[in-house]
Amino acid sequence: MGYIWVFLIVVSVIVAIINGRITEVTQAIVDNAKLGVEISLSLIGIMAFWLGIVKLAEKSGIVTFISKIVQPITNLLFPEIPKNHESLGNIAMNVSANALGVTNAATPIGIKAMQEMQTLNKHKDTATNPMCTFLAINTAGFQIIPASVIAVLVASGSTNPTEIVAPTILITLLGTIVAIITVKILQRFFPIKDEGKKDD
Amino acid sequence: MIKEVLNIISLYTLPLIVVIIPLYAIFKKVPVYETFISGAKDGFKVGVMIIPYLVAILVAIGMFRASGAIDLLSAWLSPILNKIGMPAELLPLAIIRPLSGSGALGIMTEIASTHGADAFITKMAAVMVGCSETTFYVLTVYFGSVGISKFRHALYADLISDFASIVFAIIISNIAFS
Repeated sequence: MGYIWVFLIVVSVIVAIINGRITEVTQAIVDNAKLGVEISLSLIGIMAFWLGIVKLAEKSGIVTFISKIVQPITNLLFPEIPKNHESLGNIAMNVSANALGVTNAATPIGIKAMQEMQTLNKHKDTATNPMCTFLAINTAGFQIIPASVIAVLVASGSTNPTEIVAPTILITLLGTIVAIITVKILQRFFPIKDEGKKDD
Repeated sequence: MIKEVLNIISLYTLPLIVVIIPLYAIFKKVPVYETFISGAKDGFKVGVMIIPYLVAILVAIGMFRASGAIDLLSAWLSPILNKIGMPAELLPLAIIRPLSGSGALGIMTEIASTHGADAFITKMAAVMVGCSETTFYVLTVYFGSVGISKFRHALYADLISDFASIVFAIIISNIAFS
């Protein structure tokens, strides 16, 4: 992440100098720093609500139940996560919520899944294989209802906005398969580095 | 018909979940209110936790967009993309998609208003936006919420699959809409 971050900043400044847009870039720093805080804070309310609901799902056994149902698939995808681990149920709920376009519920549930996977992590600052696999599936964005896109099409006066649904399902399904294959291949080339820190 | 079914699903999924989970919890004799509150307490922690991560990435992305680098990149790559059946105007959309969700929807709206909502290019744009995620944002928020700064292969894998999704979107749109 570090390299890409520095790359974005350095390229921006160089291109801005060439284009004569240095004032805009400087302004972008101020605006986006503010935006970062605004987005984070605006997430707190909906995050609190869904984390509350998820806690209920957890305590009443729904999450464990879902974990069991999806086990045949999750055992294959997340061999490192112990069977019946709560994170598996939350992963399944996150993917389903995203697929149905219920994004504001999906994010808190996904974060819950990350927190649970983090309890299995020995190197707290480093991503584990299951986390990377989960995020690869998440960002491949399997969609049944692309809600925000349909909303834009409707607002633009499209005569048949749901026409894009079938292609979207097919493409995101293919994309998810590619994502899983890619992440599983790449994980071999990015071993977790042990920096001689205390290992517990 | 499909349209109605999808509308109903997207309208009722959320309220249904919000009703079923607490009801089932009561049935299971879980102390509902206390449990909800104890879970909700985490919301603030997560929100505050992700601030530095989100500021870091949004500033970099904002600078990149403001510098005009995306137009430059589009100009370089458009001759290649025209050959594989992707209108050059969609390239900025493809570049911005993993960086900014609102930016992508903005470009899509613009395309729809210049070419019309039923134009081929608009449909392809819609499919492209619907078929990928705001990868940088998702990774930042999810990893940030648990304090992870070393992403290992996550970003590379996700960008490769984003690229694959765009290629699928071009091919399948060409088949489905023309």
